[in-house]
Amino acid sequence: MDLQRLEGILSRYDCQPADLIPVLQDIQDSYNYLPKDELKVVAQRLNLPLAHIYSVATFFAMFSLVPKGKHVCKVCVGTTCHLKGGQRLAESVSNRLGVEIGYTTKDMNFTLETVGCLGSCAQAPVMMIDDTYYARVTVDKVPKILKKYQ
Amino acid sequence: MPFIESVDHLTEYRRRVRAARDPQQLQVLVCGGPGCLPLGSEELAAAFAAEMEAKGIAGKVLLKTTGCHGLCSHGVRVLIRPQEVSYQKVTPADVPEIVETTLLNGGVVERLVYHDPESQAPCPHKMDIPFYQTQNPLVLRKLDIIDPESLDDYLALGGYRTLRKILFQMTPEEVITAVEKSGLRGRGGGGFPTGRKWRLCREAQAQPKFVICNGDEGDPGAFMDRAVMEGDPHAVIEGMIVGAYAIGAMRGYIYVRHEYPLAVKRLQKAIDQAREFGILGNNILRSKFSFDIKISQGAGAFVCGEETALIASIEGKIGEPMPRPPYPVQAGLFGLPTVINNVETWANVPEIINMGPEWFAAMGTENSKGTKVFSLVGAVNNTGLVEVPMGTSLRQIIFGLGGGIAANREFKAVQTGGPSGGCIPPQFLDLPVDYDSLQQVGSIMGSGGMIVMDSHNCMVDVARYFITFLMEESCGKCTPCREGLKQLLAILNEITTGHGEEHHFDLMEDICQTLATASLCGLGQSAANPVRSTLKYFREEYERHIRDKKCPAKVCRKLLTYTIDPNECTSCLACVRECPVGAISGPKKEPQVIDQDICIKCGLCVDACQFDAVKVE
Repeated sequence: MDLQRLEGILSRYDCQPADLIPVLQDIQDSYNYLPKDELKVVAQRLNLPLAHIYSVATFFAMFSLVPKGKHVCKVCVGTTCHLKGGQRLAESVSNRLGVEIGYTTKDMNFTLETVGCLGSCAQAPVMMIDDTYYARVTVDKVPKILKKYQ
Repeated sequence: MPFIESVDHLTEYRRRVRAARDPQQLQVLVCGGPGCLPLGSEELAAAFAAEMEAKGIAGKVLLKTTGCHGLCSHGVRVLIRPQEVSYQKVTPADVPEIVETTLLNGGVVERLVYHDPESQAPCPHKMDIPFYQTQNPLVLRKLDIIDPESLDDYLALGGYRTLRKILFQMTPEEVITAVEKSGLRGRGGGGFPTGRKWRLCREAQAQPKFVICNGDEGDPGAFMDRAVMEGDPHAVIEGMIVGAYAIGAMRGYIYVRHEYPLAVKRLQKAIDQAREFGILGNNILRSKFSFDIKISQGAGAFVCGEETALIASIEGKIGEPMPRPPYPVQAGLFGLPTVINNVETWANVPEIINMGPEWFAAMGTENSKGTKVFSLVGAVNNTGLVEVPMGTSLRQIIFGLGGGIAANREFKAVQTGGPSGGCIPPQFLDLPVDYDSLQQVGSIMGSGGMIVMDSHNCMVDVARYFITFLMEESCGKCTPCREGLKQLLAILNEITTGHGEEHHFDLMEDICQTLATASLCGLGQSAANPVRSTLKYFREEYERHIRDKKCPAKVCRKLLTYTIDPNECTSCLACVRECPVGAISGPKKEPQVIDQDICIKCGLCVDACQFDAVKVE
């Protein structure tokens, strides 16, 4: 376990129970997931039962208990994107990457997720890879976009 | 940036900022709003910077990336001031021509301006475009002209003017009375009178008190709060300062969903600026009032838009709602009195104080005052953000501002209020939109998402979509919501895959009734709305699915058959490459054929085909 990295994160907080979610968000950002050993330390320092941390970690969609891929591809399936084929877009990406929605490719390059709404509804269907938005993505544009990350 | 010592110092500083600005300054304002950003705002702004540098005018022309310009369907938008020339669908390739024609020679590049769809007449200036003419922007009014990261821009337009009024001329009581008189109601969906909420919190005994800004805009199809947080973050902060002063709070939280990283960045920058400037912190402008704001990021749970769940999440717990009462104004964050209002509500507050409650109350309908921002999306020609007085008719919004239905299709319904709302059919197009009228027809205002649907959208599929969304987002605490949604979805899945039965109608009505009456929070109580409203207004569409096993809109994939028209197939093999099960084959350079025994009816071949050769029956 990389205790120094974890200490770096914890040192930014007062370690009150209310700091739990921001601490987990920082761990998720830094490690790409929430490693079990680190969570045990967090439990100790924030004086919370590990079970409470587990409940929070599994409740919120952004947390993952297993490592995510190098790139995270979020296909929007909000209402407008749904009407304009967002679900089929997600299936097409899933087929192209050979990975089910919610999972990570074997080479750990991609995690494929669907998301409730990215807030760019006027350009539906939309998807986001890491921090980059892609507008009006039709199925035929998928291979070219994915290639940039492969 | 100086540290502002007193209210006179603030006025003096504002005067200096204004004096240093030339009203005739040539400005290029590139839209960086939620709609234009994915179309390449950043690349476009960089292209302008490079071209202006090359032409030697970089020092003379001001280049800014602003918040949303409204007409997202025609992005990326660029506004040239002071002429107010409005360009649309601008790409980096157009930049040299704009620089040459408009910036250097004062002309207009006609091919890049909006053209009236009927007369084909060009509309070079922003106010020539019908989309902008009938709007009444209040919350959105600064979005297309200010740099959201510049406090000076905000101050120059009168920002933080309320501080003199509230801190030195008004008692907290008077602030509350003004907000009550304005008739402002919560813009997050509930529509609770804001002034009354503040008064209840002021009257609560316990200390300290909190204010919270709900920026957890989770309703799919709504992005006005994102646009305001990203485009005019100081307006939200100023509104919260007013609210905190009124109720006697010393700390505030802005809760932003983590899917909006830019909103978090802009708000954080604005808070840091305000602190450095002395309008957040201890004894603001040497008054007795101290207040500071912290950002709290959501972690991906729709239910956290519900106020008690949001509060639990700030406290570091899972986002499960609590039964009310007690209401947050009595026992909210950490069990203490808390006012929680939505982004748009807060952003309305400064102008109410500046212009007076009577000015605000003069807009809107009897029980819904002011304006409302809607995100108009889906099957309309003009998609984007619009702000109109409460009481504007659906027809005016959809056919006036929205420019009617795209591709000359037929209007079928408009969905308002997100997953808690309903689908409104054509017979209510002349309905004036306000909190009460929408409720009367089985929908709600919600946060202001307005998703327009046409004849190619299946209403049973829409209901199934929303129930899927709600089932996944239900926190699972209470049984009616957790189990009811699951069963409702199972029935809708049966219907959309051709296994619907006649008794499903009664069963769905029954579950809807239980959901609405027995659920703990707003998510479950309103979860039946998408099913109820579609059952009520589009029953024959359900009947077609159940009795004839047909989907008239050709959406429900399991009820369709996909074939390739040999006359239109160009043998490009795009569909063959896309098909996940290898159901499409044929000799080289000849029309391809779909093997119906292998086809899983995923519909991807339709999307892959560029020649509309895949037919759906």
